[in-house]
Order: sequence, then structure tokens, then C-alpha cells
Amino acid sequence: MIKHRQAKGPFRFSTRLHLSELTGLRATTLSQFVTLIKEVPGSCIYHHTHRFLQQHQYLSPEPPNDFAYWVSEILGEDELGENLASIDTMEFSTISGLRAKITRTIEEYLQNNPMAKLKFARSGEEFHFVKSVSFILPTDYVAYNLEDFVQILKKITIDSIYFHIFEARLRLERSSNDFSFWIEDSLGDKLLADEICSFDPYTRTLEDLRNNIIHIIEKRILE
Amino acid sequence: MAKLEEYIPIVGQSIIDDLRLLADKLKGKTIQHINSTSVGGGVAEILSRMSPLIKDLGVDAKWDVIKGGEQFFEVTKKFHNVLHGRPEEVTDKDFEVFMETSRHNIESMETQADIMFIHDPQPIALVNKKSGNKWIWRCHIDVSNPNKRVWEFLMDFIVKYDSAVFSSPSFAQKLPIRQFLISPSIDPLSEKNMELAPEIIDAVLKKYGIIRNKPIITQISRFDRLKDPLGVIDAYSLVKKYIDCQLILAGGTAADDPEGAKVIDEVIEKAKGDSDIHILLLSQNDIEVNALQRASDVIIQKSLKEGFGLTVAEALWKAKPVVASNVGGIPLQIKHKYSGLLCHSIDGAGFAIKQLLNSPGYAKRLGENGREHIRNNYLITRHIKEYMLLFLSLYHPEEVVYL
Repeated sequence: MIKHRQAKGPFRFSTRLHLSELTGLRATTLSQFVTLIKEVPGSCIYHHTHRFLQQHQYLSPEPPNDFAYWVSEILGEDELGENLASIDTMEFSTISGLRAKITRTIEEYLQNNPMAKLKFARSGEEFHFVKSVSFILPTDYVAYNLEDFVQILKKITIDSIYFHIFEARLRLERSSNDFSFWIEDSLGDKLLADEICSFDPYTRTLEDLRNNIIHIIEKRILE
Repeated sequence: MAKLEEYIPIVGQSIIDDLRLLADKLKGKTIQHINSTSVGGGVAEILSRMSPLIKDLGVDAKWDVIKGGEQFFEVTKKFHNVLHGRPEEVTDKDFEVFMETSRHNIESMETQADIMFIHDPQPIALVNKKSGNKWIWRCHIDVSNPNKRVWEFLMDFIVKYDSAVFSSPSFAQKLPIRQFLISPSIDPLSEKNMELAPEIIDAVLKKYGIIRNKPIITQISRFDRLKDPLGVIDAYSLVKKYIDCQLILAGGTAADDPEGAKVIDEVIEKAKGDSDIHILLLSQNDIEVNALQRASDVIIQKSLKEGFGLTVAEALWKAKPVVASNVGGIPLQIKHKYSGLLCHSIDGAGFAIKQLLNSPGYAKRLGENGREHIRNNYLITRHIKEYMLLFLSLYHPEEVVYL
């Protein structure tokens, strides 16, 4: 049974804790905004497109990413806000790819809506660029088979799930999320790996994501 | 004092496990906090709750307070006001007074810990004693639009630190050192935030002669101009025209705030003749603050400037609907129309209070969302985690750190 099949190598759960580092860079207009998006470190792009996942983990659906929120709520450019919120992050395997898409979206909008360049944020409502500093720590939780794995999934922190699903794929530029990689590589279950990989984790809360993965694995164990 | 285990039912076992993992990485390091007062104000409150928990994790941390006379604290209060953007004249003599006291503290204080953690401008000059150890300057105040002369004076010290910490992204400055965003927090198990039996709440109301026969609007704050207590009375008056309600203005003054008495006099004068305005001078009685917040129908925080505004987090933790100014760290705590209402003026505050009093279902929903937001982001366990990460960052300059 898949439940007890021993993995070629164990899965050690890590956790990812983060600190927000301030850059002192701020934008008041869309032109400044797009210029800075091109220049800031990748860790800024990562921070502003992922912060909401952890900070508003109880909200469903979650608020949009920071870029979309500022453009809609502060500058009142709802259409651009919608365009930015609906960028499919899963399509990008690198931060630089995601950055290019965000930049292109804003520049195209400015080309078609030149009046938007005149909008500016009032004092105190500027966009402040923040970087994300990640600290990755191995936990004591190690799985040797799928049964262990699902039991651990039920009790590890949401930060650990976040790390293996989001950070590993985009920020550390691994080809897939860590769970799918291990399930395919060490347990040889490509079907299950693909099923987990096919989720769009950006449109659900982290707790929903945890429950979904647990549900799929438990179903697989019973098959 | 609460033990770490007591937080498990509130935040979950795994969060406490993470704290222990981090504490393990700090083994052997000594940490020393220094600030200017052991009682009164948010900084002293956070340190008094946090220090025992950090020790409980096995991290060697201690907390010391600088010494200063009345003149010194008058100057630092002036610094505080002008850093918040209030126009006041700062003289050469003020800088001399500041440096004179700082020199005494530099001579008399031990600063040998591996990590020196200095809070706010009052003890900032201690960094002149730096000798091979790591120094962090923690700025708790709103410096988004600081007085140039005082900021430049402080910059001479700030550049000697290894890192600076601010409470809101809008306080960030162009600095040659690393700067981090760490919000303060509340302690859900402190006397100010723990659950209270209804009898305790009733007893506190009785003590102050408050009858629950009409809605209660409350602002809990030091009597400080930047908290705008006079503006709160104006906002209440706008509501009172349509809804029969009562107002509680409750707070104390901090040991390092010599201006408080004057503000109290002005508030008493303005409230004269209205028996529905209750002005309560509380001397560090956290249970009473807790009871007053829990007895309130709407909590207001109409600050003109705010470092972070922990009273907002306290109110939200009690699932209360909150109306608060869109300043400092308050918008981090309140997402407008989702976990509270933000305002920019007296009229706006009055309008928002009326909305909440007239729509109790909406008010309840805002309060409940607010409580979850605080649970996830502004409890003391998150704060301890980020402080430990900050300490580790002093030894790891990279953006992805493998521990």
C-alpha cells in the first residue's frame, strides 16, 4: 500500500520565518512606482506579492497583493488594480519573470491611460518598498512514508507549509513545490505529485491549502 | 507572570515550538535592553511583559533604565513632540542638557552585552560607548516628518548603530544602516487584556459612577496633546446631537511626560457641564483599563500622531468596534471597513461613531475580524519571534538565511 511505502529518502520539514527590512524608498505617482519596481531588489517584489498570504491568512478570499491594493485603494485606478491582482503568479518560476510582468502591466496601462500619470498619493499614503528577509530552519519533523507525512502536515505551522509551497518554488527557484518533488522523487507517485502541483495556492487561505493537501493525500492512502 | 506554555491555547503549540527553535540559535548571546522609564507608556509595558518570556526561552536578556532629571525629560519630551512634527523651538541649551545627562549615563551604565538594544531617543547617545558588540536602535515614535535639526542631531548617533527598527513603513528614512519593520504587540494574558468576569467589569463601572443606561464611547490614552482628547470631546458632541451616549476619557501620564497635567486641566475645562463625560485618571491600573474597554460600545483612538497605537490592538483583541485616526501604525491594525473604521478628522470620527452605534451587526463583525487580525499579527509571541530574528540578522547579512 502507498500508505506504508518507504521513501527513498526522508522528508524533513523546514520552517520559514521572516523579517521585513525597510528600504526607505517610496513612490507617490505611478511613474515613480513603476521605475522603483524595476530597480528594487527581488526580495521587495517577493515581499509585496506574498506578504498578504501570511498576514491575512484568516481572510478568504485574501486581499490582493500590495501593489494592486495601493493602485486601487490609494490612487483609485481600479482597472490597473484588477490587472495587477489577477496576474497569475503560478505562471512564473522566477521573481524576475514576475517583476517583468508587473512592470509591463503598469507600463501598458500608462500608455493607454496617460491621465493616470497625474494621480498622486496624498501625504502619508505613499507606497513604501519593503524587503523580505527569510530565515529557514529545519524542524524536528521527519517523514519516512506518506502516513507520517500527512500526520505531520496536520500539526506543523502554517509557516512551514508556506515555505515548502511558495518560497521553495518561486524564491529559491526550485522546479516544483517541495511536497510534490518529494512525493514523485522519493515515493514514485507522480499522479499524487501532479495533483498537489496543480493547485493554485494563491487563491485560497493557507489553512484551506493545508486541508486540501491533507484531503488529497488521505484519499490517496485509502485507494 | 505568564509562562510560555500558557500561550499555547491562544496561538497554538507550533508557534511556541518555533520560538524555542530560534532561542536555541541565540544560545550564549547576552542581550541588554535600555530605555528611559520602567513604568508608564507602551515601551515599558512591552519590556516588562517580554523580558520574563525571553528568559523563559533560555535567552540571557536583561533590562536597564537610564537616569535623568526633570530638565532632561522636558528636553526629551520636546524632542518627542518635534520628531512627531509639532512646531516647538529647540535651543542649543536643550542639546547641552541632553548631552550632559547622556554623559553621566555613559559613565555609569554597563553596556557590555553582546547585543545592546536601545529604545527611543532618550538613551540614544549610549552608542558612543560601543566597543565591538552589536547595537540596535529601536525607534517607537512616528518620525515620518521629523524636525530636521533634531533628526540631524540624532543621526550622528544612529549611524553608529548596526541596525534600526521602526514600527511602520512610513517611518523609514534613508539610512546607511539596515532598518527593519517590527510592530509592537499586546500580551493577551496581561491584566490589561485577559478575559474578565462580568462582576469585575460592573465593579469598575460602579467605582467610577458609570451607569450602562446609554452607549459608552471610550478613548484610553495618556493625557497628551498628540492623542487629541479635546478633539475626542468634539467628535462625541457631534454624535450626542443624535444619539444619547456617554464618553469615557481615561488614562494616566508617564514618568517621562511632564506635560500631562496641563492637558488634563484643559480637558476638564472643556468637559465642564456635561455629566455624561467621564474623565478618569488611572494610575497604572490595568484591570480597570481592561474593564472599561470591555464595557464600551465603541472605542476611539483619535490621535494626531501615533508611534503605533497599541490601545487599538487592545480594543480589537476584545472584539470591539474601533474608530481611529489613519496615522502611524494604526492603518496596519485596521483595514478600513473590514476590521474597524479609519478617520482623518473630527467630523469623520463623529460620523463613523454614529454609523457603528446605529448598526450593531456591522460593528460586531468589524470587532470580530479585528480580533483575528490581532491574533495573527500583533500578539507578544510574534513580537518575540521577530526580535529573535532581528538579533540573528546582526550575524547574517544575507536575504535568505539558513540557520
